[in-house]
Amino acid sequence: MPKLTVNSIEVEVEQGASVLQACEEAGFEIPRFCYHERLSIAGNCRMCLVDMERAPKPIASCAMPASDGMVIDTQSERVKKAREGVMEFLLLNHPLDCPICDQGGECDLQDQAMGYGLDGSRYKETKRAVEEKQMGPLIKTIMTRCIHCTRCVRFATEVAGVPDLGAIGRGEQVEITTYLEKTIASELSANVIDLCPVGALTSKPYAFISRPWELSKTESVDVMDAQGSNIRIDSRGNQVLRIMPRLNEEVNEEWITDKARFAIDGLKNQRLDRPYVRGTNGKLEPSSWDNAFKIIAKQLKKVKPDNFGVIAGDQIDAETMFAMKLLMEKIGSPHMDCRQDGANIEGSARAGYLFNSSIAGIDDADALLIIGSNPRIEAPVLNARIRKRYLNAGIPVGYIGPTVDLTYPTNFLGSDPSVLQAIAEKKHPFCKFFKSAKNPMIIVGNGLLIRDDAKALLNYISTIIKNFEVIYKGWNGFNVLHTAASRVAGLDISFLPGKNGKSAKKMLKDASAGKMQMIWLLGADEIDTAKLKNTFVVYQGHHGDAGAHIADIILPGAAYTEKNGIYLNFEGRVQEVRRATFPPGEAKDDWSIIRAFSGFIGHPLSFDSHDACRQMLFTNHPHFAEIGQLHKSRWRRIGKPGKVFNSPILPALTEFYMTCPMSRASQTMADTRTSRENNSKPMAAE
Amino acid sequence: MSIHDLVADDQPDKFAFSSENEALIKKIIAKYPEGKQASAVMPLLDLAQRQHDNWIPMSAIELIAERLDMAKIRVLEVASFYTMYNLKPVGKYFFQLCGTTPCMLRGSDDLSRCVKDKLNISSGEITPDGKFSILEVECLGACVNAPIVQVNDDFYEDLDYDSMASLIDSFAEDLPPPIGSVKSRSGSQAVTGPTSLTKLTEKQNVVKSSGKLKKEPNSLSEHVRNKVHASG
Repeated sequence: MPKLTVNSIEVEVEQGASVLQACEEAGFEIPRFCYHERLSIAGNCRMCLVDMERAPKPIASCAMPASDGMVIDTQSERVKKAREGVMEFLLLNHPLDCPICDQGGECDLQDQAMGYGLDGSRYKETKRAVEEKQMGPLIKTIMTRCIHCTRCVRFATEVAGVPDLGAIGRGEQVEITTYLEKTIASELSANVIDLCPVGALTSKPYAFISRPWELSKTESVDVMDAQGSNIRIDSRGNQVLRIMPRLNEEVNEEWITDKARFAIDGLKNQRLDRPYVRGTNGKLEPSSWDNAFKIIAKQLKKVKPDNFGVIAGDQIDAETMFAMKLLMEKIGSPHMDCRQDGANIEGSARAGYLFNSSIAGIDDADALLIIGSNPRIEAPVLNARIRKRYLNAGIPVGYIGPTVDLTYPTNFLGSDPSVLQAIAEKKHPFCKFFKSAKNPMIIVGNGLLIRDDAKALLNYISTIIKNFEVIYKGWNGFNVLHTAASRVAGLDISFLPGKNGKSAKKMLKDASAGKMQMIWLLGADEIDTAKLKNTFVVYQGHHGDAGAHIADIILPGAAYTEKNGIYLNFEGRVQEVRRATFPPGEAKDDWSIIRAFSGFIGHPLSFDSHDACRQMLFTNHPHFAEIGQLHKSRWRRIGKPGKVFNSPILPALTEFYMTCPMSRASQTMADTRTSRENNSKPMAAE
Repeated sequence: MSIHDLVADDQPDKFAFSSENEALIKKIIAKYPEGKQASAVMPLLDLAQRQHDNWIPMSAIELIAERLDMAKIRVLEVASFYTMYNLKPVGKYFFQLCGTTPCMLRGSDDLSRCVKDKLNISSGEITPDGKFSILEVECLGACVNAPIVQVNDDFYEDLDYDSMASLIDSFAEDLPPPIGSVKSRSGSQAVTGPTSLTKLTEKQNVVKSSGKLKKEPNSLSEHVRNKVHASG
């Protein structure tokens, strides 16, 4: 570990650290534009110049490895002058349009010009102007502002794995562009907006909307996928204006998906802002809470508890499911399920439904087998982490499923279930990678779990785990990649069919056969609603989507930006979403709707506040109280031998942009999907 | 300079390398270690340019990207970085006029004025008949014989307004004059002939007293070029 001196302070840094990192370690800020911790080193902005003893000129600290005995000076007159010089050069062609620039107030160039630049310009010539580029519906470009740090180019190439961006031309004529100005073909593309140190790449949907100092910032968690990326909700008044990523090394580093960031315009469309009741004419009519509850209670009295069931959707918080479970116990119905997609996974063996290696554990994996999942669209940030691991260690990735582009080299083993059997029986060529791997890793997607033969296939996977030592003390390589943000919490609190209870699949089947007379949908929209035609449906949720269309009663709930709630991501990490704005109109928090209804039918639940509800949840399930923590569980063999079908193993999702009520209501998501589709078409004549 | 300024509007739909070039490509790629075939991007771009009337169409860029397993934008980055790659059609006679200091001091401005007068084109433009185009470039590395114009692959040196005019005339009649100095000096020898070591040169009979090389300049350059290609 090299020891060096920075401004007469001695620091010891890790082998391979740069001088810049050493300076930070010693507590000195080094201005920079092109350098970024998670990207390769470019060394082209020259802002990080520092003095090194015995060096004839200032060195670029980001590109200079720290070595033993170095003496660095970051405060010398020459460094100050060098920074001023670089700043002056960078500003030569940079327009002085800060007042109309969306980056204003959170601009690296602005801040560093204040901190390290001169107070005026000596430049009298005309400035360069650069044509705007088309980068799709998410990224607005004002390329005249670009200072060619190439962070965006490196992000697209290295992290996102889609080498779509590049710098064409040379010298003063350099321009950043996509090839033939196509939309960036990545689910993580909008992270370049955060990376851009100037206002060249800004958010298109957020253009000219607000200034950063006007926003209230709420730290929350994304629920668009099950990864639980940490986000910050920026709102003004009662409007969510934008979503930004929050740093969490163990979950999302500092990236979020385009859906997490831009589906928020869906919060304004198709909202359920008051209760609705289906009238005698078959049309939904606005109603009061009282009236809606009255009708539900009347109906509930009419049907036997055995004919009443609840299906929870993919974005329901733990408290709501917990409250609903308590209510169901009071009503006396065992029919509840949080697996609206029909996933064949049980709540008994916790390690059997978690992403046990943890997301950060990917950094230790040395062989990976993905089965029935497309992580690129089911959890793009996770996929970027796998790609990072591939780039660092070149790990072999096997894939059982159809050929898809995962952004890293993949061994496609075919989509036939027999491949899994062959691997379990050590007969497949891919076995050699698993045999030699110390930390082999298996990712099982929902595509496998929703199959009717899932248990038989999981049995093969259990055999693989046994045969190749995928699980041992200190390493658990079995991972389930859920797509629903609510799934792990649902399984943990056992929001599952009770004794003689029916699964979601069975409930729907029985409903279409007339054997299920009443169903309460807790934000469940991704189901075959046609089967509920003859059933009395209560839909509780925040968007007028598939579930609301067939509902007889609509109870307006809160979206994830409008409530406090607990979610467990696929690792089983407990995280909190927090209220940034209030639900529209008469809509209420989901737990409170259930609490109120329980009182209405004379079975009041024993809590009156969200806090009390949460405390009760903590009492029953203590690990929910460990916010931010990962609660690991012991492995027990899952699956059981059975008949395996011949049908190919497919990922559960084929679509990234519009997968939930909110993203389906988002115009931005619709536009992005269209523009990605157009990428593959030939260019229109100009 | 957006992509639309950088590349031609009129693009051919398809590009395919000739069979001779395909053979060359095999050789070129074989020079680099396995997995590093992207290093062949520059010679391949050069081949494409030579095959395709001295400019590289986008279809060729895409073909090369595919051949070398590179992203298209990476190939375009290389092609747009080097001024020697033409991404737009150039004239049959492509004049690259050096305007860097030594040439400028020796009158390169006169040469561009001459081109403007005779052909009515300035840097970056092409004559309507497609016969001539001109581009002002940075140092061509023959400053001793400044000012210089490179026409396609050949250097013409020691030019002035009048000799430039006659140079253009010869090309207009498709009669390329001998390459090198128009003042008919050998290499960068003094215009007046050898001023030192005269005895030694006579004895060894390397250079004629007139100062001309034994071999015809044209054939020499041809020879060099063939050699380069053969080794390529």
